[in-house]
Amino acid sequence: MPTLTNDMMRSIILDHYSHPLNKHDAPNSNYEKVHMHSDNCIDDLDIFLLVENNIITDACFNGVACAISTASTDIMCELLRGKNVDDGKYIIEQYHHMIHEEEFDESVLEEALAFINTSKQAARIRCATIGWNAADEILKDK
Amino acid sequence: MYDVYEIRKQFPMLREQKYMQGKPLVFLDNASTTFKPQCVIDAVVKYYSEVTANSHRGDYDLCYNMDVEIEKTRKVIAKFVNCDFKEVVFTSGDTMSLNLIAYSLGRKILKKGDEVVLSYAEHSSDILPWYQVCNEVGAEVKLIPLSEKGELLPENLDKVMSNKTKIVSIANVGNVLAYTANIKGLTAVAHKYGAYMVVDGAQSVPHNKTDFKDWDIDFLTFSAHKMCGPTGIGCMIGKYSILEMMDPFIVGGGNNVTFNTNQQVDYLEPPVKFEAGTLNLAGIMGFKAAVEFIDSIGIENIHKHDQELFDYAIEKLSQLDNVIIYNKEARGGVITFNVKDVFAQDEATLLNSKGIAVRSGQHCAKILNGFLKTPATCRMSTYLYTTKEEIDALVNALKEGGNILDAYFN
Repeated sequence: MPTLTNDMMRSIILDHYSHPLNKHDAPNSNYEKVHMHSDNCIDDLDIFLLVENNIITDACFNGVACAISTASTDIMCELLRGKNVDDGKYIIEQYHHMIHEEEFDESVLEEALAFINTSKQAARIRCATIGWNAADEILKDK
Repeated sequence: MYDVYEIRKQFPMLREQKYMQGKPLVFLDNASTTFKPQCVIDAVVKYYSEVTANSHRGDYDLCYNMDVEIEKTRKVIAKFVNCDFKEVVFTSGDTMSLNLIAYSLGRKILKKGDEVVLSYAEHSSDILPWYQVCNEVGAEVKLIPLSEKGELLPENLDKVMSNKTKIVSIANVGNVLAYTANIKGLTAVAHKYGAYMVVDGAQSVPHNKTDFKDWDIDFLTFSAHKMCGPTGIGCMIGKYSILEMMDPFIVGGGNNVTFNTNQQVDYLEPPVKFEAGTLNLAGIMGFKAAVEFIDSIGIENIHKHDQELFDYAIEKLSQLDNVIIYNKEARGGVITFNVKDVFAQDEATLLNSKGIAVRSGQHCAKILNGFLKTPATCRMSTYLYTTKEEIDALVNALKEGGNILDAYFN
């Protein structure tokens, strides 16, 4: 994947914040839900995953959220959709490595690479990971 | 008045320029906590480096001197808020003080069907202890509606009072809208119905003149750290006759005279009855230094400084089309605002990237959102050392605007 420029990263985040693709309630009750709220931000979200036959067939979220949590969760939904559970877990793990400035496999993160600068604003790490932690919670026992 | 630039020289956090995100630090989160002057830091260090000993627990001079120091601190605080020194109970801070009242008084006197009255603008520390105790005994919490501006008015208190009301607990100055309540008027209403009056002074005692006796309130709570003192120390002040009747909330250590195998305990008299366990002694020494420091500047002067900065900031902020102000007339140390179409936390992060510290969110006043009609706000708050230049820095940053993502990509 070509390196993203700052301008590209900005427009990815703004785009997913202003026009999230996956910000809606689960369309039916087959989805597994985890509720997350942040102790240092207003973020108060439900994350929904539909896992069928070891495949994450759909992902969406809804609630009150800041720019960083909205965009990062929206991108996560895009990334997880269609992946098998192990690949999904791997993507989440690599994302966490990136956020915490550790070595990571950038080949799987696609647009989520836009959050590489999150640690510049350490107070917002929680926002950039809130949706990802929720998905991890659902996938961890699978 | 005093020279704010001279005062700043006494604060290590201000004396030499500090930086945040590589920018000069502009600290506008004083409603959260405040910086400490050298005299307070020295008092805390003195405890650890020169006079360390426990209190009430020894026959030697160091211990006796500590007891004297504690009583001196009670007297300094008592003079500052005009109460009797025996009415000053040390706690870990305002939250602990309110819990102490809720559990020691509330649990003792509240019965099923009784009511506790709070306001929509209360901080969680003045709501949750009452929820806990009321849920336990089957009592109910009632809320005083705010005026259109967000003020707490005696006539609105009167509307929710009844003979079932046993306790009224409210902040003198709220931590979001920061209007100063007419405590004397509110207390008269509470007492008319025979209810106890609890005043949360966390945001007011550091900024406004407090008069426990003249207001005729039954309880006052506040923390040292919001008035240049150390963290982890504060006090609960209560009318002595009520303190005598209350049960201790936490027991053990030296708060008792005797106990036997029949589970009978004879507790010490207030205030020591409520101070089980070793106190935060370094904190107490710092608390005294802080009150003396505030007193040396003069609480009226601090209040005047707050108001001057408030008027200055409101005038400047009102000129910005993109800023919404929620408490334009409060004339206190807090201005609550939002930038149009920007989520409060995103704005606070952008300000952080410019070296400016403000708080964002609900500020622990979670039932106020319905009134504000927004899920979150930014809050800037000043103290005795805040300068107009710092207000300018905030105003300029808001004027510059910029994209919220600048914080991550500059």
